[in-house]
Amino acid sequence: MAKLTDSNVFKWLDERVDLSPLTKLLYHKKVPVHSHTIWYYMGGVTLFLFIVQVFTGILLLMYYVPGENSAYESVQFILNKVSFGWLIRNIHSWSANLMILFAFIHMFSAFFTKALRKPRELTWVSGFILLLLGMFFGFSGYLLPWNELAFFATKVGTDIAGAVPFIGDWLKILLRGGDDVTGATLSRFFGFHVAILPAAFTIFLTLHLLLVQRQGMSEPDSFTKLPDEKKKYISFFPDFALRDFLLWLIVLIALLALTVFSPWDLGIKADSLASAPEGIKPEWYFMFMFQTLKYLPPHIWFIEGEVFGLLAFGAAGVIWMVLPFIKIKKKLLIESKYYFYIGVFAIAFIIIMTLIGYLS
Amino acid sequence: MKQDRRGFLNTLLGIGGIGAIASIIYPVFEFLLPPESREPTVSSIKAGAIDQYEVNSAKILKFGREPVILIRKDSGEFSAFSATCTHLDCIVQYRQDTKQILCACHNGHYDLKGRNVSGPPPKPLTEFKVSVINNEITISTMEG
Amino acid sequence: MKNIIRRAYVLFVGTVIFINLPSTVRAYTLQDKVDNCFVCHQENEMLPEGFSENDIHFTSGIGCVGCHGGSAIEEDEEIAMSSKFGFIGVPDKKDIPATCGKCHSDIEFMRQYRPRIATDQVSQYFESVHGKKLKQGDNKVADCTSCHSAHSILPVDDPRSSVYPLNLPETCNHCHGNSDLMYTYKLKSNQYEEYSKSVHGVALLEHRDISAPACNDCHGNHGATPPGIQSISHVCGTCHVNNQQYFEKSNLSTIFSEAGFHGCEECHGYHSIPKPSDDMLGVGEKSVCIKCHDSGDVGYDAALSWGGKLNELRTIHEHAAEVLAEVVKKGMNDVDIDFALKDVNQSLIQLRTFVHTFDSKLIVEKADEGIVLANNALELADKEIEEYYNRRIGFGFATLAFVILAFGVYLKIRKSSNVKHES
Ligand code: HEM
Ligand code: FES
Repeated sequence: MAKLTDSNVFKWLDERVDLSPLTKLLYHKKVPVHSHTIWYYMGGVTLFLFIVQVFTGILLLMYYVPGENSAYESVQFILNKVSFGWLIRNIHSWSANLMILFAFIHMFSAFFTKALRKPRELTWVSGFILLLLGMFFGFSGYLLPWNELAFFATKVGTDIAGAVPFIGDWLKILLRGGDDVTGATLSRFFGFHVAILPAAFTIFLTLHLLLVQRQGMSEPDSFTKLPDEKKKYISFFPDFALRDFLLWLIVLIALLALTVFSPWDLGIKADSLASAPEGIKPEWYFMFMFQTLKYLPPHIWFIEGEVFGLLAFGAAGVIWMVLPFIKIKKKLLIESKYYFYIGVFAIAFIIIMTLIGYLS
Repeated sequence: MKQDRRGFLNTLLGIGGIGAIASIIYPVFEFLLPPESREPTVSSIKAGAIDQYEVNSAKILKFGREPVILIRKDSGEFSAFSATCTHLDCIVQYRQDTKQILCACHNGHYDLKGRNVSGPPPKPLTEFKVSVINNEITISTMEG
Repeated sequence: MKNIIRRAYVLFVGTVIFINLPSTVRAYTLQDKVDNCFVCHQENEMLPEGFSENDIHFTSGIGCVGCHGGSAIEEDEEIAMSSKFGFIGVPDKKDIPATCGKCHSDIEFMRQYRPRIATDQVSQYFESVHGKKLKQGDNKVADCTSCHSAHSILPVDDPRSSVYPLNLPETCNHCHGNSDLMYTYKLKSNQYEEYSKSVHGVALLEHRDISAPACNDCHGNHGATPPGIQSISHVCGTCHVNNQQYFEKSNLSTIFSEAGFHGCEECHGYHSIPKPSDDMLGVGEKSVCIKCHDSGDVGYDAALSWGGKLNELRTIHEHAAEVLAEVVKKGMNDVDIDFALKDVNQSLIQLRTFVHTFDSKLIVEKADEGIVLANNALELADKEIEEYYNRRIGFGFATLAFVILAFGVYLKIRKSSNVKHES
C-alpha cells in the first residue's frame, strides 16, 4: 500500500518543515481492538458534527440578520428564497441536536470504560466543559429564528436562571440584556452563539484533542488483563482513521435523510405581547432538569423547591466534573463498587425524566 | 485479477469521492449566489420609469408582502399608499372621475392624501415615500 | 353695608383671578361684572339641582338671567327678581323651547359664538313627536332640557355631555326605559336593552367607537321620529351605501314596498340588529329567508343556492387560510399565497354585500369568482407544501455518491485490515 510518507508533496514539505512528530503521532499511535472499541468512535462523531456546525453556521451567517424585525424574516428568506437555504438551515438544526446527543453518549462511554482515570482526568474535565458549552450553544441558537416557541422557551429558561441564589438576578439580566426577553436578548444570544461560544469551544476542544493524541487511547480493564499475545491493535493511521471516516460518512447520510424527511418548522413569529402558547418545552437536553424542577415541592426544608433543585443540579454538575479526583476513604471513587451504580443511576434519571417530560 | 480488484476499488473511491465532493460543493455554491430578491425585509421597491404611468391613473404594486397603490396625479406627481383598506382589508382602487381612492367593498373613499373621507374606513391609508431619480421611480417606507 | 363689603370682596378676588382663569371666572363676573344671582344662591346653598360650573352658558357669560330674567346687577333680591327686570322664575314646560329659541333660533346672536351653528332646532323640535305632543299640552314628553339638562349643558363633543354619542343612549333611556311612562304611549321600553346588545350598540358602548350610530343617527336629533317605511333604507344607507343601492335596484325591494315591508329591518331587525352572519342566508335554523319562503317556492330554492355558495366560499377561504398558516410555519414561501388570499377575502366581503342584489346570476358569479381565486391560492400553497417534502431528488443523488464512497472505504478497510499484535 502506498504510504502517505512516500508522496512527493510529503517529501517536499518534510525537507522544509520537520514532519516527523506528526508521522510519529499518526503511525505510532495504536488503538486497542476489543469488544468496546465502538465507543472510541463516539468522540469522533461528536467532533464531526461540530465541524458540520461550524461550516453550516458560517454559511447561515451570510444571510442571517439578527434583530426583532429581521431575524424571523431573514430565516424565512433563507428557507424559501436562497437556493439550498433550507438544506443548510436544516442540517445546522439537526446536527446541533445530534452533536449534543453524541456528546452525552461519548461522556457515558468514557465513564463506563473508566477512561477518565489517571492520566486522563483533564481530558474528562475539558470534555465536560465542552458539553456545557455545547448545551449553551443550543440554548442560544434556539432563540435566533425569533419564533414563538423559542421566545417563550427562552423566557422560561432565563427565568429559571434567575432563581439561582445570590447571583440569579444578575445572571438573568446578563443573559437577557435587560429585564425582559426582547430584541436586546436576541442581539446578545447572537453574540454568544457566533462569537463567544465558538471561541471558548475551540479552546477547550483543542485542549481535549491534544490530550487525547498525547495520551493515546485508554485501555479498559478487560483488555489490560489479557495476556500480551491476545492484545490486538490497529494503527491510528490509516486503519482507525479510515473507520472513523466511514462512520462520518454514514452519519452524514443519516443527517441528510433527517433533513429531507423530517425538516424543522420555522414556526410563527414571536410576538412579545402575545400570551404564551400552551406546552412550552425546553430543548430535549434540558428536559430532565426542567421536569425535575417541576416535580419538586414548593418548599424543601427552609428553601424554595426550585432553588433547592438548582443547587442540587449545580452540586451534581461540579461533582460530575471532578469525578476522577474524588476519593472515599482514601480510595478513588472510580475503583469503588458504587461507581458503576452511580453511572446507571445518572443515565436512568436522565432518560426517565426526559421521557416523563415528553409524555406528560 | 488482483490488479482488477484494485482498479475497481479505485474507481469506486474515485466516483464516490468526486460525487460526494460535488454534492457538497454544488449546494454551497448555489447557496452563496445571492437570490433575486436581495433582502429579507423589503424597505423599497423600484416601480419603473415615469413615462410608464399616465397622468390621472394608478397601479397596484407588490411591496414585499403588502399591496401598494401608486397614483400619478393630474399634476404629474406621484403618491403611494398601502392599498389595503383600513376597514376590512379589501384592495382599494383609484377613481379617475372623482380623483379619489375608492374601496369598492363598502364604498369607502379616501382622498389623494390617503385620508378616509367617507364610508366605513376608520383610519387613513399608510403613506409610502415616492422618489423619482433619473426618471426612475422608487417607493419606500416613510421611516427610511 | 353687608352687601357692599361682599361686593367689594368679590370684585377684588374676581379681578385677581380673572386674568389667570378666564373661562370660569368670567362666569362669576358676567362681562366683568359680578353675577349676583350666582353669588347669593351659592351663599345660601340654593343653586339649582344638577348645576355645574362647566355649563356652557355659564362659562360663556350667559348667567341665570339669560333664561330666568331678572337682574344680575341689583343687589337686593326683591328688586333683582322682580317683573320690572322681566323675571320669570322657572319657565313653564311648554315655554321651554321658546326660551331656548330666544337665542338659539337667532342666527345673528348665535354667530358670535359659533359661526357655523344651526338655528333650526326649535322648528325641528316642533316637527318631532316630542314637540307635537308638547304643543298638544302633553307635559310628560321631552323638552330641550330633558336631553340637554338645564344647568349642566355641555357641547355635544364634550365627553361629559349628556348628548355625547357614548352617553346619548343612556340619556334617551331615561324616559324610553321607563315602562310606566312608555305604557301610556303604548310604546315598548326595552329599546336600550336591545340596542346595547346590537352590533351598533356593542360598537358604540363596548368598543367606544363613536362613529357607530347612537339613537339620533337613525331617528334624527331635534326632529326625532321613527323612520317611516320609505325612509328606513335611506337611514341605513347613509352608512351602508352599497347594500342600500343594491337592494334598491333589486326585485325584492319592489315586492317589499308593495307588501308594506320595511326594507333592511325585515331581515336585520332594528334596535337589536345582530352582527350579520352568513347563516342568515340559506335555509338553516338562523336563516331569515325562511321567515317568508317555504320549501318548494322559488325564493326557498334561491336561498338554498345562495346560502350554499356563500358558505362554500367562506369555507374554502378558511381552509386556504389554515393552509397558509401551515406554509408559514414550515418556513416556505407564503408571499404569493398571501396575495392570492387577499383577493379571496375581497370576493367574500363583496359577496356578502352582493347578496343584497337578490340576483342569482350576480351572486353565483361573484361567489364562483372567489372560489376560483381560492382554488388558485390553494394550488400555490399545495405546491409549497409539496416542495417542502419533495426535496428528495437532489438528496437521492447525494446519497448515492456518499454510499458509493462509503462502500469504497469499507472495502478498503476490509482489504487493509491489519490487526497487529503487541510486538
Ligand atoms: C462536546 C464535544 C466533544 C468533542 C468534540 C469531543 C471529542 C473527543 C475526541 C475526538 C476524542 C477521541 C476519540 C474518543 O475517545 O472517542 C475524545 C476523547 C475523550 N473525551 Fe471527548 N469530546 C467532547 C466531549 C466530551 C465530554 C462531554 C466528555 C466527558 C465529560 C469527554 C471526555 C473524553 C475522554 C475522557 C476522552 C478520552 C477517551 C479515551 O481515551 O478512551 N469528551 N473526545
Ligand atoms: S373593506 Fe374597504 S370599505 Fe369596507
